[in-house]
Amino acid sequence: MGSLRTCDRTEDTLKGGPRQIHKVLKKADMKAMKLPLLATLAVAATLTSCGGSVNGSSRTILQNKGSDTLVNVAQAWAEEYSKVNPSCAIAVTGGGSGTGISAMINGTVDIANSSRSMKDKEMTMARENGVEPVEFTVGFDALAVYVHKDNPIESITIEQLAMIYGEGGEVEKWSQLGIQMPEGASDEIVRVSRQNNSGTYAYFREAVLGKTGNYKLGSLDMHGSKDVVDLVEKTPSAIGYSGLAYATDHLKLVPVSSGGGAPVEPTVETAIDRTYPIARPLLMYTSGQPTGATKEYMDWILSDVGQQIILKKGYAPVRDL
Amino acid sequence: MLEDRIDLAWVVDRITQGVVFVGGVSAILFVIAIFVFIAQQGLGFAIFELDKGVFFTSPAWRPTSEPEPQFGALALMAGTASVTGFAMLVSVPFSLGAAIYIGEFATGRTREFLKVLVELLAAIPSVVWGFIGLTIMNPLIIEVFDVPVGLTILNAGVILGLMAAPIMTTIAEDALKAVPEGYREAAEAMGATRWQVIRQVVLPSAKNGLVAAVLLGVGRGFGETMAVLMASGHAINLPTSPFDSVRALTATIAAELGETARGSEHYKVLFSLGILLFIVTFVINLLADVLVRGRKGKRA
Repeated sequence: MGSLRTCDRTEDTLKGGPRQIHKVLKKADMKAMKLPLLATLAVAATLTSCGGSVNGSSRTILQNKGSDTLVNVAQAWAEEYSKVNPSCAIAVTGGGSGTGISAMINGTVDIANSSRSMKDKEMTMARENGVEPVEFTVGFDALAVYVHKDNPIESITIEQLAMIYGEGGEVEKWSQLGIQMPEGASDEIVRVSRQNNSGTYAYFREAVLGKTGNYKLGSLDMHGSKDVVDLVEKTPSAIGYSGLAYATDHLKLVPVSSGGGAPVEPTVETAIDRTYPIARPLLMYTSGQPTGATKEYMDWILSDVGQQIILKKGYAPVRDL
Repeated sequence: MLEDRIDLAWVVDRITQGVVFVGGVSAILFVIAIFVFIAQQGLGFAIFELDKGVFFTSPAWRPTSEPEPQFGALALMAGTASVTGFAMLVSVPFSLGAAIYIGEFATGRTREFLKVLVELLAAIPSVVWGFIGLTIMNPLIIEVFDVPVGLTILNAGVILGLMAAPIMTTIAEDALKAVPEGYREAAEAMGATRWQVIRQVVLPSAKNGLVAAVLLGVGRGFGETMAVLMASGHAINLPTSPFDSVRALTATIAAELGETARGSEHYKVLFSLGILLFIVTFVINLLADVLVRGRKGKRA
């Protein structure tokens, strides 16, 4: 019966308590149906921290998870925000947009980062779980096309990218694009791509291969933007794509053109003015219209201070600063 | 007759008995629980919803594709099979050779030293092996074989072969040691050379144990994840040469499961891959076990 009493107490403590704690407790209650003992322990543990926060001494912790493209920025935001508002700690995890969105659907995060918008199917699943995701655009990214620094290529068109990456595309060798690879580099194009839950993977498919387009099989699917950049750096005949902020001096960023226009370099400026053809919004999702600590944090991210940070990390802010 | 006394020694004895019992039973319970969990998550889907025709014959694995996801696992199975196969080509000669040397030729200090060294090899974490594949083997393969990329079957196979070698060596050596000394003495008494003794007497009588050693190595290769994920290139391919990049079943689960929504089709199909892996490794281990038991039975 000990477990029952603890639960009652929990609900009393809950009334008027901060939203965040409410959610944690709700989760514990759900588990309670299956594992009474564990849940009791969990509830007891939360109660302790709960008491602390009533006294105003404990910190609110927001869970923030998702996009690998955004993870560095999210980390910087979290660090800076802990200075601005010490009563709130943000726990940032990467793993890919898919991770963040599934966590949002499963109700285990407060804010999900994503470099693609949520699919209708995912929205439906979220609603079935009682989550109503609200989308915020927090910045823009030029999706850069990377090649080895010795690759003589000067520009590439969206159509050529589709021929390289897309199913049915016939380009397998650099010479087919009229490019003479230097001594020691193979003529065969090594396609470096991302794992299929990545937002970058999904955005690139949509923007380059078309909504119903598919990737050609046989690309090297890396787990994270950093891995793509690392592999392209070491492989003379490779081509890859990733967020602009992952650019290093050991790589070449290829200017991209579309629809017969002039090739455009991927930079923060060309992402802001939208002249770069594969620029995309960077998104954050909250569960329902944000309130309390989550709202304060989102407001701060979209403020000039927050937007300066995303600019410093190599992405474009949502408005001119 | 002595009365049973409830003193400290008795209590300690009882507690120890209980702890050991729980320990012994828990291993079985965990295996059953894992099996039940995997089956519960994916078996229904695998039997009723999954298109087995596509699953076993199509190489197109595009589980997040819109509008129609594609769940073809042929390339993943071919990836796992080719990497494991290549690993066995590398490790069988090496580990059987090592076992014969350690078991039949080496003596005293050398023998102990080698045994420790082989077991040390087993202690290297798989992510370290993967890292070696990624940073040392990759550029080396590009350089030596003049291929566009070094994350290939060759790379993953060599890494996996080295990883499977310690367990194979240890078990093979045990199998050789289990051949009664009398066999060797009898053969030597009849004028056989050392090599003749090994080839015509020791190896044939240790046959089952050696096959079991190889099978356990195969099981190790099948189940290995991290090193294969890092060294194989993680590319969906039906391989035609050792210089092709491939993707393994285990690596696919590792790379994708953390990012799928629970209960989604993609989630369930990953569990179907898990069931497939479970069945294959189970059969391999069972086979190895039966063979080892067969050998012991004969001895008794």
